[in-house]
Amino acid sequence: MGNENRRLLLGNAAVARGLYEAGVCFISSYPGTPSTEITEEAAKFDEIYCEWAPNEKVAMEAAFGACLAGKRAFCGQKHVGLNVAADPLYTMSYTGVNAGLVVGVADDAGMHSSQNEQDSRHHAIAAKVPMLEPADSAEALAFTKLAFELSEKFDTPVLLKMCTRVAHSQSIVEEQERIVPVKEYTKDIAKYVMMPGNAKKRHPFVEERTRALVEYAETAPVNRVEMGGTKIGIVTCSTSYQYVKEVFGDQVSVLKIGMTNPLPEKLIRDFVAQVEQLVVIEELDPIIEDHIKAMGIPVHGKDILPMIDEFSQNLIAEKLFDAGLVPDGFELPEQGTGLEEAIPPRPPVMCAGCPHRGLFYTLKKNGCTVLGDIGCYTLGAVAPLSSIEMTLCMGASIGAVHGFNKATNGESSSKTVAVIGDSTFMHSGMTGLANVAYNQSDSTVIILDNSITGMTGHQQNPTTGYNIKGDPAGKIDLEALCRAMGFERVRVVDPYDLAACDKVLKEELAVKAPSVIISRRPCALLKYVKHNPPLKVDTAKCIGCKSCMRIGCPAISMKPQADGKMKAVVDQTLCVGCGVCSQLCPVGAFSSPITDGGSSKKGDA
Amino acid sequence: MKTKNIMIVGVGGQGSLLASKLLGRLFLSEGFDVKVSEVHGMSQRGGSVVTYVRYGEKVYSPVIDKGEADFIVSFEILEAARWLPYLKKDGVIVTNTQTIDPMPVITGAMNYPSDLENKLKNSGVKVDALECLQLAREAGSEKAVNIVLLGRLSHYFDLPEEAWMNAMEQVVPARFLEMNKKAFLLGKAQA
Repeated sequence: MGNENRRLLLGNAAVARGLYEAGVCFISSYPGTPSTEITEEAAKFDEIYCEWAPNEKVAMEAAFGACLAGKRAFCGQKHVGLNVAADPLYTMSYTGVNAGLVVGVADDAGMHSSQNEQDSRHHAIAAKVPMLEPADSAEALAFTKLAFELSEKFDTPVLLKMCTRVAHSQSIVEEQERIVPVKEYTKDIAKYVMMPGNAKKRHPFVEERTRALVEYAETAPVNRVEMGGTKIGIVTCSTSYQYVKEVFGDQVSVLKIGMTNPLPEKLIRDFVAQVEQLVVIEELDPIIEDHIKAMGIPVHGKDILPMIDEFSQNLIAEKLFDAGLVPDGFELPEQGTGLEEAIPPRPPVMCAGCPHRGLFYTLKKNGCTVLGDIGCYTLGAVAPLSSIEMTLCMGASIGAVHGFNKATNGESSSKTVAVIGDSTFMHSGMTGLANVAYNQSDSTVIILDNSITGMTGHQQNPTTGYNIKGDPAGKIDLEALCRAMGFERVRVVDPYDLAACDKVLKEELAVKAPSVIISRRPCALLKYVKHNPPLKVDTAKCIGCKSCMRIGCPAISMKPQADGKMKAVVDQTLCVGCGVCSQLCPVGAFSSPITDGGSSKKGDA
Repeated sequence: MKTKNIMIVGVGGQGSLLASKLLGRLFLSEGFDVKVSEVHGMSQRGGSVVTYVRYGEKVYSPVIDKGEADFIVSFEILEAARWLPYLKKDGVIVTNTQTIDPMPVITGAMNYPSDLENKLKNSGVKVDALECLQLAREAGSEKAVNIVLLGRLSHYFDLPEEAWMNAMEQVVPARFLEMNKKAFLLGKAQA
């Protein structure tokens, strides 16, 4: 108390604060849970230029350009985003930097909002760049600033690795002033032009730099020993450190690794010498464990702890207790008990009024094979729509629909489609579309244009006409773009209008030519979207046929009436009056305060 | 002081994030170490969401595990039942009585369990249930369910009303402040 600068900050906001204090002038990122708020929070500082790039590779290259020009720069993304940006990263390791360059990457152990559970530390090792891993918001702020110092001192991009629990937990930080170091740009072809002759000279520099970084790591304050009981020694990093301290406090000794690449071998050996049993506690892959094993030191790790999902205090307590790797007298904490009753799960669903719903209903009705992509609309794979049959990575829907249709000699093209959101299309759908246009498959690509990047919480993108600050920006015209690629058939439909969707889909599937359907309506959660009043069901008319239930709207359910019959009921707190359900009702039981039929459709197809 | 644990559970979109932010600011201003863990991304889309608030002298883990919660603040009663194993034996549930059908119930694959309030009470924990939606409407907006619940939760803390109001001012936009203060007091008045 008493310190004015003491604040409760989200881990990602603490990184943003660190970027501000480190004098960063340029940030280019692509949104992705759990990394998005770093760039959103940084954009609130007027001193920092921030932008959403079309994808992570472009963002990484833009940040590199800015660091080359002499300004400290940052690029943020989620773990899978770093795969997209891996190409520039691996060679930036060779060129090094001018002003400091830090690359933020946020892993998602537990897959709260991701398609895989990959461990980004592999990228640090493979690209041969240092990686810092904070364990709370205070460290997130401090490590961000340290990352820039290391970047400039060792002439390297530095990876700053967050994970969901550090990125999305608030804890206390102390704020300091902003200091802006700036460098001059000087032409240096041997350093910055990575053609074979130059790259051959830079690779030895990279290896020498790693040796220097190992030496730094041996005494770096971010790698610290906390001696406690010496029966058990634990090597840990990131959020796992917090669970270890929660469970054991000072009863064990801890080597907390803040820099997970490269690792401090002497420090590890010194720690090992002071404890009886060694355990590595790290989420996901055995990176530290394998390194210690390669040093010839016996260690427990993934033999007792899982390689999947995130950890927690109880998990660590149980696994170490079962293995007998706990301090003397340690007892397991008491577990709570639940009701005996089966509790129905509550998976995420498309929101009431989601514009994707009508389109997926139409695809299902027409028996389409739907190759999907990354975004809210991936929920089109969930019952009762159960429409999407494949989701891989950003942009894969278009790449795959082309391959699928080519492999069947076009036999599948009359019922196979790709669905991809507007932001995902800009990210890496355009190149897939170029392939359809160039190698000519009769593929139908549906762009779900909800005029925003939805899943990550409403970020602008190149099709929305606004930038990260909400100011007017360039706006890419999807229809013109598709036509310029050679698509003669580009159709636009309103997904709230089921009849129009059905007609256009049937026509485009039937035609022997590549085509694009743009299903256009803004996300129902956007603040500027005006909703109609909620619909009501006339229970005297409703025949309980459940036709309206086929769209899986969370606002509609079947409830027993006074006469015991099951009738549709609309939740008045959830319904936004989109009227899609009323188009399915055979007896016109839905009514809206504004129109008799209840439909609010405004078809423009 | 031993770390105290509050879980806020509900359905994505109900406003649990704001409630956790308010609690975080409250305990920070009381001089405690605080951690608040949030949920973002896909899980927010109408799914079961949980936020953890922990405070004490020194807080390590940002999450609350089974058997650790002193309080479960629940925006929907099925969610209170879902997260019950996380409550301490002598813990308290402060819950909204509102029910929102999850998709397996909507599609008819499962039934919404009946009489959850009594079943929770019979499990031996203290259950404080109130009709928050009604009270929030009375205050001026259905969106104030979160603040009604916090008003009720405030009974269990030895903190002046002013401290809660100060925390509210830090997280609620000025134009909604009066309405939310009313919601807080309506929740607090329920006993």
